[in-house]
Amino acid sequence: MDVMPKWADVVLVPLFSLILAALLSALLILAIGESPTEAFMLMIEGTLFRSAGWGYMLYYATNFIFTGLAVSVAFHASLFNIGGEGQAMMGGLGVGLVCLFIPWPHWSLAIIGASMGAAIFGMIWAGLPAYLQAKRGSHIVITTIMFNFIAAGVLNFFLVGPLKPAGSMAPATANFPTATHLPTFEDMAQLFGIEKMFRSAPANVSFFIALLACVGVWYLIWRSPLGYEIRAFGKSGPAARYAGVGSVKIIMITMMISGALCGMMAINTTQGESERLILNFTEGAGFIGIAVALMGRSHPLGVLLAALLFGFLYQGGAELALWTKIPRELIVVIQALVILFTGALTMMVRAPLEQLFLALRRP
Amino acid sequence: MDFLTIIQVFDGTLRLAAPLLLVCLAGLFSERSGIFDIGLEGKLLAAAFLSAAVAFVSGSVWIGLLAGIGVSVGLSALHGLASITMRGDQIVSGVAINFLAAGLTVVVAQAWFGEGGRTPALKSGARFEPIIFPGAVPSKEMADVGPFMQLYSELLSGHTLLVYAALLTVPLSWFVLYKTRFGLRLRAAGENPAAVDTAGISVVGLRYAAVVIAGILCGIAGAYIATSLQANFVKDMSAGRGYIALAALIFAKWRPWYALGACLLFGFLFAVDNRFQNILLPAWSLSGGLLLMALALTGYVWRKDLLDKFVLGGLAVGLAFISALIVVNVWGVGMGNQIKVPVVFIQSLPYILTVLVLAGFVGKAIPPRSGGVPYVKEK
Repeated sequence: MDVMPKWADVVLVPLFSLILAALLSALLILAIGESPTEAFMLMIEGTLFRSAGWGYMLYYATNFIFTGLAVSVAFHASLFNIGGEGQAMMGGLGVGLVCLFIPWPHWSLAIIGASMGAAIFGMIWAGLPAYLQAKRGSHIVITTIMFNFIAAGVLNFFLVGPLKPAGSMAPATANFPTATHLPTFEDMAQLFGIEKMFRSAPANVSFFIALLACVGVWYLIWRSPLGYEIRAFGKSGPAARYAGVGSVKIIMITMMISGALCGMMAINTTQGESERLILNFTEGAGFIGIAVALMGRSHPLGVLLAALLFGFLYQGGAELALWTKIPRELIVVIQALVILFTGALTMMVRAPLEQLFLALRRP
Repeated sequence: MDFLTIIQVFDGTLRLAAPLLLVCLAGLFSERSGIFDIGLEGKLLAAAFLSAAVAFVSGSVWIGLLAGIGVSVGLSALHGLASITMRGDQIVSGVAINFLAAGLTVVVAQAWFGEGGRTPALKSGARFEPIIFPGAVPSKEMADVGPFMQLYSELLSGHTLLVYAALLTVPLSWFVLYKTRFGLRLRAAGENPAAVDTAGISVVGLRYAAVVIAGILCGIAGAYIATSLQANFVKDMSAGRGYIALAALIFAKWRPWYALGACLLFGFLFAVDNRFQNILLPAWSLSGGLLLMALALTGYVWRKDLLDKFVLGGLAVGLAFISALIVVNVWGVGMGNQIKVPVVFIQSLPYILTVLVLAGFVGKAIPPRSGGVPYVKEK
């Protein structure tokens, strides 16, 4: 099957998928009576020509890096973690409890505590479906979907019940103490004496934690014995078993790492942006992780680039909704097309490319 | 609680179970032929939108229904193209279809009607009207008639055509799947496609047929929620019903009559949730029930290995902890005090039950053996 060189497989297939998705979206924009080129220019201007646009883009990208890495790690073990949404919600609960009930002296300590809270809660929420898959053979896709709904119920219970401050109507916790405030990019720019950069954009230091997570996942998957076992198990369960790699162990550990990564998304949204725990703070990021992981070919570098791309799309989509009649949901359509072309219709995307390379090779 | 209230809850059960049932049977056909379908939700949503939009524009609910079925079958064909012809990942394809529907419905609705992603309210003629059986009394006089008349007028009469159609689909599906040659072959395609192929029957054809049937049923269900249950389309109106139907399908162990039972049970939970905002139970029963569950779990894992002890034991500790919390909370007023069961618990019950079934604690659910695996013909 080595018709294409490796670089073409890694670079051209996602790129070609993206172009197809963009063309179809342009047709959709035309169909609803707007100009695709104007829309595209508006997205570029609103995102890349303003520092605040960058701030929003990196904020969204931070979420998508975490969830994208989570889905990728599971993909390496041939597991489909569709429960990122639920794991992120539980992660948010962890962040909320840690920030509200522990008196942190400084944000640098608070972010370590919040990360651990988020990771542990996400880990538990991914660990239960993993246990059911490993020991009882329940299909992980279905159980993680069910756990998304149960997580929404649990979060709802806490936000309309025990964690809601007295006298408040909104389903949200009290504001976190100011000591837990994470420095935003605006704060950091001011530290270097640059005023009016990233003004009121929500991007914050969790972006760097996301970058660290990328390096960590790269090391885990390609440089550690555990990563080797995970990949071996993903390629062939029986073969890995023959080599002494237990399926129960790999399923449990992989899913728990995946859940922890999803949960850590919440430090960006909950501690970094809203500074209190709210309903629907995940905004579908758990599902976008699927698109990001597929687009990034489950490699941390690819995930980083795909997350930046989706961050751009989300910020650009907000700009479109603000200035044109195109609703934000256009981005959901693009996301669906990306998932379709990179995940389900890869054969269709690859076939013409393979033909091309075959034709080039012949003479 | 009087008899009429019970009848009304059952009436609500039927109305809420009907779309679940149609979608569940859609999933049944698809999965029995070996094609997993996470995209039921998306098809339901797309059908709901287009049926409402076309019914509004044309003024005829029947044209709306056809449009709903059309778009749903179209998405099914896409799923078939991706997962049967292109042998792509069926779950990824389903996820993509869900997003496609979630995004497209709002974008198109906004461009078409400009009402923030919804359609205008449907007038009579553009929606399905309730069918009143002969002799049924209107709801105003319901309290004055006898129990049999209440049963007849409230529970049996007064539903829209699609509710009765949904109920009739159950025996029909059973007949098609278990009593016809097509059904036998379809089920075989999901269990052992190579055997079907050896017998000279096209696996691809069978699977496409199953996927198209699923599309038709999802289309009817979508039209039902937008033109019968409600009288317009609103953003995300399928509200996870596609996933609940998937849960019901597992609960029903991929069998049509069980599917009826599962959908009625889940519909009942929703009807109870709609009807009673406060479900009160005495504190001792709640806390005692949780403690019993914790003890049962502890007993179960006693002879299991370390991981079982860790996970299920942890679950038992969690349950015991909640039970203790309840005791602490009502200590001052006594254990007979009434406690409100959280609404979200009733809402989450279908998912929790499904997880329990999947886990094999309540009967074993065995999926079709070749489900999710694309069939590659030998050359």
